[in-house]
Amino acid sequence: MRIRHLLLQLLKAVALPIVLVTIWWVASADSTSFFWPPLSEIVKTFPETWDWDRIQHDVLPSLARLAIGYTIALVVGVALGSAIGLSRTLRAFLEPTLEFFRAIPPPILVPVIAVFAGYTGWTGKIITIALGCLWPILLNAVEGVRGLDEVLVDTARSYRLRRRTRFAQLVLRGSSPQVAVGARQALSIGVIVMVISELFGANRGLGASIVQFQRSFAIPQMWTGIILLGLIGFALSVVFRIVEHYSLAWYRGLRQADRGA
Amino acid sequence: MTSTQIPGATDVTDPATDPATDLALDVRGLKKVYDGQGRSVEAVRDLTFSIERGSLVCIVGPSGAGKTTLLRCIAGLLGITDGEVVLDGERVTSPPAGMAVVFQEYGRSLFPWMTVRQNVELPLKEKGLRRAERRRLVDEALAAVGLTDSEDAHPWQLSGGMQQRVAIARAVAYEPTVLLMDEPFAAVDAQTRADLEDLVRTLWKRLGVTVLFVTHDIDEAVYLGQRVLVLSNRPTVILEDVAIDLPDERDQLETRSTPRFAELRHHVYELIQQAKRGHRPDGEAPA
Amino acid sequence: MTVAVHPTSTGARRGTGRGRDAVPGALGLLTVVALWEILPTAGVVNPEYLPPFTEVASALADQLGTSTFWTALGQTLRGWAIGLAISMVAGIVVGMLIGSSRLARELTASTIEFLRPIPSVALIPLVVLLYGSQPKSALVLVVYAAFWQVLVQVLYGVADVDPVIRDTARSYRFSRWARFRQVVWPTALPYVVTGFRLAAAVALILEITAELVIGVPGLGQRVGVARSSGATDTMYALVVVVGLIGVAVNASARTVERRVLRWHPSVRRESA
Repeated sequence: MRIRHLLLQLLKAVALPIVLVTIWWVASADSTSFFWPPLSEIVKTFPETWDWDRIQHDVLPSLARLAIGYTIALVVGVALGSAIGLSRTLRAFLEPTLEFFRAIPPPILVPVIAVFAGYTGWTGKIITIALGCLWPILLNAVEGVRGLDEVLVDTARSYRLRRRTRFAQLVLRGSSPQVAVGARQALSIGVIVMVISELFGANRGLGASIVQFQRSFAIPQMWTGIILLGLIGFALSVVFRIVEHYSLAWYRGLRQADRGA
Repeated sequence: MTSTQIPGATDVTDPATDPATDLALDVRGLKKVYDGQGRSVEAVRDLTFSIERGSLVCIVGPSGAGKTTLLRCIAGLLGITDGEVVLDGERVTSPPAGMAVVFQEYGRSLFPWMTVRQNVELPLKEKGLRRAERRRLVDEALAAVGLTDSEDAHPWQLSGGMQQRVAIARAVAYEPTVLLMDEPFAAVDAQTRADLEDLVRTLWKRLGVTVLFVTHDIDEAVYLGQRVLVLSNRPTVILEDVAIDLPDERDQLETRSTPRFAELRHHVYELIQQAKRGHRPDGEAPA
Repeated sequence: MTVAVHPTSTGARRGTGRGRDAVPGALGLLTVVALWEILPTAGVVNPEYLPPFTEVASALADQLGTSTFWTALGQTLRGWAIGLAISMVAGIVVGMLIGSSRLARELTASTIEFLRPIPSVALIPLVVLLYGSQPKSALVLVVYAAFWQVLVQVLYGVADVDPVIRDTARSYRFSRWARFRQVVWPTALPYVVTGFRLAAAVALILEITAELVIGVPGLGQRVGVARSSGATDTMYALVVVVGLIGVAVNASARTVERRVLRWHPSVRRESA
């Protein structure tokens, strides 16, 4: 019974994707359109396009820059966000400024940072990714710290928890669900900025490669790039979810308990 | 402060030793004024009372009497405008070492990302106790509240009454001089409440801890306390210090059906009604 | 007694008590402006990289006097608004259709979860091939990115309908349309509005990206032109304008949200 149920769920999950891919496959099979090559051709092109050399010199560096920029944004965002969230004065002082910086679409930072660091090289790209990811994390950390339960804060005070313990056990843990919301937004922004930061000047990288295919009219290769980028976006969101699933298990339980009551 | 004895009462709080040296908690002339937005609100006017070591004292008052403000002042969580709170001979300016607080909102005073055991253990770690000592204290405290089997659960997996037991275990393991309880059972159902009341009496007797129990429930105050302090409405002063001369062994059925319980309950009830109408002790200007 | 009552609601957005914070907030902005003026002037930052605020301000004033600027501003706003409108309508219609059937929800869940995180910038090469630097290119990217935000929120909203209310409506033999109008839509509305707010911000990001990268006419394109012609002060001036548009978009979306949510006792969570 259980197994049948699981099988049914699996069937429901894969049914539509199979149908869609089949339609694409069949519809494009005899395609002579320059822009829409047959899916079979795209699939055939995939392994030869993304060989080890390309992965090593384009894909991995892009992902490494994303990881570094994202990590910087996470650390700085949580640290600054906690400080701002804990201080009413700081919050009042900085809030409009932060609102402004948050509202700037991150890709527009690419030319601005390029003024300082140029279009090529890692530094400018990492700074751009970090700056793009920073604001959602920072602002959500502020909200999270501000929304800490005051009974819990009182409890920590009355048991004389030390500053360090209070920060680690109360502030960081307590704001983590809200920080996760910001971190998820930041991840999709990070991928966008990762791609955009490679599109100007002479560059290598995942985004640069895809645009290079397009400019040289290597259409099947371009399609494999689009698919690869899509797979990476999907994979990152899966990884994020797994991390969130384990680190915020308590929060899910708490919310379920609240709803049940 | 007025310490009146109602007719027929015998003095149960007969201090055998010098009361000045055997006070766990001494509150003198406590006053709390909230300032904000160009107007100030006088929440507590002038409160003076003291609690002997090892006693169990209840505070009741009409709703809006400033019970929570008073408790937060005593706990050192809220700065006071005038007067002083002295715990163990030391003036309270910030949360003191010898005090543990059990809040009404059990669900919000436990760390939801920690297990029951971790919740109880955290303050002990902060005290710098060794692992073995911590283990002993946590085990004892959990056993005392009957939660040994739930030590690995998270608080939100437990019922409301059990969550409040965890909070009590945490307070007990902390080995405080004074245990403050802020309407701890206001949010649990009636049967659980009776159990928890008896639990508090049992722990109090077994551990010799001093308990200050704030409640809005008259029956609960009379059933639990050795003394009941009745508060006026705002700005708060003490209306009367009622000695509860019920026998030491209390029982939910027996004690509550004795005539003496009814008399005391009746008396406190009248005081609360007076307080609601704005009655204040002699010579006090109404708010 | 409770003198200090803190709202414990999790999703309530800031917005009240703003007036009180206006003075320190303005001071904060002034500080940023002052630093922006002093750092390049004093040579701490190379003024060729970051011109002092006053220079940027005068470049901005120059821009305000040109018709190119106003045309570009109009193009950006138009692209943003059209893209947002299309994705709102599409997101609501598709979301309601899928959401109203359990089977449809289960069948589409995995596909949505797969397509949603695909970065819309992956489509840049494709739209360049198809439409070049026409506004259509930007439109495709904007709609793709904003659509998912709306769709997912609508699905949450439809799933949130109280089963008791749904059963009540059925037992009184409400018509399908009446059930939608009286039960589903009011429940989903707060989510729709949240989706609108998220989509509005994402749509602006993609519109600017398309202008900057593909050269679709608009402010983003002007930023690229200013950058490549070495007019750093103009570039900063335009970035500030884009930031201000972003602030305006966020603020107006929040105003819409508050207006609509005022009629709703329930405060919706953004995260979900």
